Amino acid sequence: MGRTLAEKVWDDHVVVKGEDGSPDLIYIDLHLVHEVTSPQAFDGLRQADRPLRRLDLTVATEDHNTPTIDIDKPIQDPTSAKQISTLRDNAAEFGVRIHSLGDKEQGIVHIVGPQLGLTMPGITVVCGDSHTSTHGAFGAMAFGIGTSEVEHVMATQTLPLKPFKTMAITVEGELRPGVTAKDIILAVIARIGTGGGAGYVFEYRGSAIRALSIEGRMTICNMSIEAGARAGMVAPDQTTFDYIEGRDHAPKGADWDAAVEYWKTLPTDDDAVFDAEIVIDANELEPFVTWGTNPGQGSPLSEAVPDPASFSDPQDRAAAEKALAYMDLAPGTPLKDVKVDTVFIGSCTNSRMEDLRAAADILRGKHKAEGLRVMVVPGSARVRLEAEAEGLDRVFTDFGAEWRFAGCSMCLGMNPDQLAPGERCASTSNRNFEGRQGKGGRTHLVSPLVAAATAIRGTLSSPWDLAQDDLRAAEEAVA
Amino acid sequence: MEQISTLTGPIIPLRSSNTDTDQIIPAVFLKRVTKTGYDDALFHHWRQDPSFVLNQEPYRHGGILVTGPDFGTGSSREHAVWALRDFGITAVLSPRFGEIFRGNSGKQGLLTGVIPEEAVERLWAAAEASPGMQTTVDLVARTVTIGDETIDFQIDDYTRWRLLEGLDDIALTLRDEERITAFEATRPAWMPRTLPVQTGTK
Ligand code: SF4
Repeated sequence: MGRTLAEKVWDDHVVVKGEDGSPDLIYIDLHLVHEVTSPQAFDGLRQADRPLRRLDLTVATEDHNTPTIDIDKPIQDPTSAKQISTLRDNAAEFGVRIHSLGDKEQGIVHIVGPQLGLTMPGITVVCGDSHTSTHGAFGAMAFGIGTSEVEHVMATQTLPLKPFKTMAITVEGELRPGVTAKDIILAVIARIGTGGGAGYVFEYRGSAIRALSIEGRMTICNMSIEAGARAGMVAPDQTTFDYIEGRDHAPKGADWDAAVEYWKTLPTDDDAVFDAEIVIDANELEPFVTWGTNPGQGSPLSEAVPDPASFSDPQDRAAAEKALAYMDLAPGTPLKDVKVDTVFIGSCTNSRMEDLRAAADILRGKHKAEGLRVMVVPGSARVRLEAEAEGLDRVFTDFGAEWRFAGCSMCLGMNPDQLAPGERCASTSNRNFEGRQGKGGRTHLVSPLVAAATAIRGTLSSPWDLAQDDLRAAEEAVA
Repeated sequence: MEQISTLTGPIIPLRSSNTDTDQIIPAVFLKRVTKTGYDDALFHHWRQDPSFVLNQEPYRHGGILVTGPDFGTGSSREHAVWALRDFGITAVLSPRFGEIFRGNSGKQGLLTGVIPEEAVERLWAAAEASPGMQTTVDLVARTVTIGDETIDFQIDDYTRWRLLEGLDDIALTLRDEERITAFEATRPAWMPRTLPVQTGTK
């Protein structure tokens, strides 16, 4: 019987096959490290007097705690400062390559791996961070791990892992203009729920996925974890190869040829069987937005805030009631009438060049809605430089947005970029949990296009609304 | 991890049940960057009360914690185990444990034994009758002995074996180090390297 992409990558990384239900020992090809989940792991190595086994498969960056303004000044919050300085000390002591604040390759760990050309098909990638699933966009097996596991990888370059089930998420058809990868994944999570993927590795398939760029695929794989999946993957194809070729750490010469030859063997065999499958019609998808406090509580933007009474499952109903109370939303309110205070464009879900270009194309020549705060935070220092080279920074600042330095920023508010209590935000990030962006803050997850349209109109909006506004204005001008 | 076969120390009678990990170590201590030095954090809120058992001699330097059911429920924080260990607690005996806590304990060399509820009462009574009296926990025999009283405790075979051998997860994996090295030799050249590949002679 044929095998799926995930099974092929797994099989090629088994160091010791587990017997009698014990886990397989899996080799890890790339270990990404950041300041929040690594200190105790380094400390554990130190206590046990163990070296870090493969420095050449390990790279660290600073992201969660880094400030996005005044990066040349000392970090104000003592906890943040301490986590950063500890990472620097540990990297120096153990010999780990690190990209610190101010370095061109510094940025969100899941942006840095791909931009360096380290993330590639057919490899295993781990990081002490749940959104490691991002790297699955290349056809890698990538998942988040806990601090004990971080230490385990540092010491052994392996992890004991239990087998997984596979789920095909097939998205067929063509997205309409204004609908993006973010809308696909929000629709998937709304469909299967935040626990629907538990125990599974997803494979995103179908014509709509094939048509996406690598950056769009990263957006989708990034949020696999929000559906409870262990990982999300997309089979590598020419789009993947083109994205990697020529990057700093991409294979060169004969190595490149050997790599591509291998990568071409990875896609799921025709006769392989998935444990589960769901199918999504891309033609039907609309710009999506969350109205609740978990990423599964979302609807097409054209709809209204749902009535909790309409949920048949009592738990869903209770969750919706609680979410609407927290979000201060009344059932039946059209989502497009919801006024926001802040727009955040950033995070490992949507802070790459393509996201910034898409937002800038909408904002160019316009000005933000009255009283709104708009923050644009590139995913890495390199993205920031590239965006500036294209003049995107000026588009954002002319629009009235703040153009910041790279990092996680308002995605989780470990640095000073936070929502005030009660503030409402349209955010391109991945989690709308209570207080995620700041205590008492209210988050609506959206695509960069919806974020941009919302920044212009001040209420949750899509590019379709802007087009209608333009049409109306044109008609009035004629009349 | 050190090998454990027998542990001796005073029984610490913690008269409490449903002790969740938030009580064992409050969230505020999770911001620290080390894996050691949590002795001050252990039961931080409860220790504000001078009459709390861990504030008393002879319990201030650790021992064998004997407590009511459902110890270590709630948040998965591994810090709870680190804090107990750093304070000098070498074993916890209770009728029931939080699953994740018990798993974390096994990984970090903290012995957790399940004893019947009536045994908890007897151990408490014995400890309070003569505070500081030494008790012996025998992992080989799975017994705890105080005075002339001996009580059986339960621990699964796999965890017991690992504690007896002093094997943490990493040490266990490193038993397969030769196979890891052999696997590494088969990895293709195109695989990513974060450091420049060394070329030429030095
Ligand atoms: S951007 Fe947000 S989700 Fe991504 S790594 Fe940072 S904190 Fe986590």
